[in-house]
Amino acid sequence: MTSTPQLSQATSSAVHLSINDEPHVWDLDHRTSLLDALRDHLGLTGTKKGCDHGQCGACTILLDGRRANSCLLLAVAVQGREITTIEGIAGTDGALHPLQTAFLDRDAYQCGYCTPGQICSAIGVLDEAAQGWPSAVTPAGLAGADGPVVLDPAEVRERMAGNLCRCGAYANIVPAVLDVAGGAPDVDQSSPVGDQG
Amino acid sequence: MKEFGYLRAGSVAEAIEAVAADANAAYLGGGTNLVDLMRLGVAEPLRLVDISGLSNEITELEAGGLLVGAGVSNSDLAADLRVRRAYPMLSQALLSGASGQLRNVATVGGNLLQRTRCLYFQDTSKPCNKRVSGSGCPARSGIHRDLGILGTSSACVATHPSDMAVALAVLDARVLIDGPSGQRRLSLDDFYRLPADDPTRDTTLSHGELITAVELPPPSPLFRVSGYRKARDRASYAFAVGSVAAAIAVDDGSVTDVRLAFGAVAPRPWRARTAERLIRGGPATAAAYAAAVDVEFGAAEPLPDNAFKVPLSRNLAAALLAELAAVDEQGKRST
Repeated sequence: MTSTPQLSQATSSAVHLSINDEPHVWDLDHRTSLLDALRDHLGLTGTKKGCDHGQCGACTILLDGRRANSCLLLAVAVQGREITTIEGIAGTDGALHPLQTAFLDRDAYQCGYCTPGQICSAIGVLDEAAQGWPSAVTPAGLAGADGPVVLDPAEVRERMAGNLCRCGAYANIVPAVLDVAGGAPDVDQSSPVGDQG
Repeated sequence: MKEFGYLRAGSVAEAIEAVAADANAAYLGGGTNLVDLMRLGVAEPLRLVDISGLSNEITELEAGGLLVGAGVSNSDLAADLRVRRAYPMLSQALLSGASGQLRNVATVGGNLLQRTRCLYFQDTSKPCNKRVSGSGCPARSGIHRDLGILGTSSACVATHPSDMAVALAVLDARVLIDGPSGQRRLSLDDFYRLPADDPTRDTTLSHGELITAVELPPPSPLFRVSGYRKARDRASYAFAVGSVAAAIAVDDGSVTDVRLAFGAVAPRPWRARTAERLIRGGPATAAAYAAAVDVEFGAAEPLPDNAFKVPLSRNLAAALLAELAAVDEQGKRST
């Protein structure tokens, strides 16, 4: 340890985080997950703790715009990154995010516990598809194509597989995501369909 | 979880210096496996040296091929157009693993170094030779359905859980390592070690050594007709029960070249060189592929509840190779 003065023996330190465009600083035990920092230190309890092992997706947030499980992120390790939680996705005028509206329109939840994670994850899914990222169900012949991926129910189910819903609201979650994706084959819908697909 | 000190390394050299000097220090990449193991009490580093943000680029090598920084996320590697076109099996393997959230955070280096998902390894109330040397292995007479049948030992029957590494085995990828004693460039055969009587070490890395990159070979017609097939207990988001990565070239009904590796059957990705030798030059038929895989798995030592992995692996490989060979025979191989 003599040659590495930077490697502190301290087990807590001042942690600077940017959450929903606001800077925060706390003295945190290094063991604190981003999830616990959000819930216990900032009072942002929209992000939920399900399994705390990265297996259920209830804690999904956006890290520099990409979806991630906040339970497996150490708060001290995400300093300098932009963190967006379910509380930060609505417009500054309070208008709901299109996915929030779609989940309401589609009744895409029952108890609601997994919903913030589902919605944050779906935001990531739409962005990944727009960037042309293939998924495990994208046909091999299309996986090498450049350009956005058109989402269908199979694509949404695969891409949302990291978010579990113990009420089993999947049947409404998939159409809600497709409403916003603009690729919904389901014609029996009242919400507007975009054309970004 | 035990308390720990934390350092964000500004460079690879600084990271290596910090970890090498401290027997209780560990590297932190994406943390998707390490943080969980710390929470479970399986890993107990007293200092973490954060290497995220270092080595996170994919660059083209002068001789062809790609140099993939160890800090590149699984998502970015899977989505890279060069990877999707030149090595489809690698992109498919990555996309078959974990979830979108995990792939966004998990790194290439961490994927190679992730630990087994054997239930006993992850449960500190149970003995486990991989976690505590000499403590015993309850898996042999307990829950071993998901565990290994090739390359295992009486001390340990754990499997390596990576999908990505199976594709890398077919590609003959090289693992670039930096450390207190200099740099090394290893094949996966030399990078992973079999458990024998010391299952605690999964790899030949010594303390302080750090994976800096993975080197992919130049694109080739062979690798362009490649794929990854995975069997698991649910349609998505589960570790493999069996998996196979393969590449094949066919000419007029005969196999001119083939590469084959299996996942979820061994403590490391299992490159099936015996089967490759038997398939190469032979008829491009599913029966010939299946027979060759059976010879490869002749060395298997299954336990009562995982003997199914022999026919599962055979069927996965025969079906995938037949599918790829059909693509090749129809001339869909891009030039």
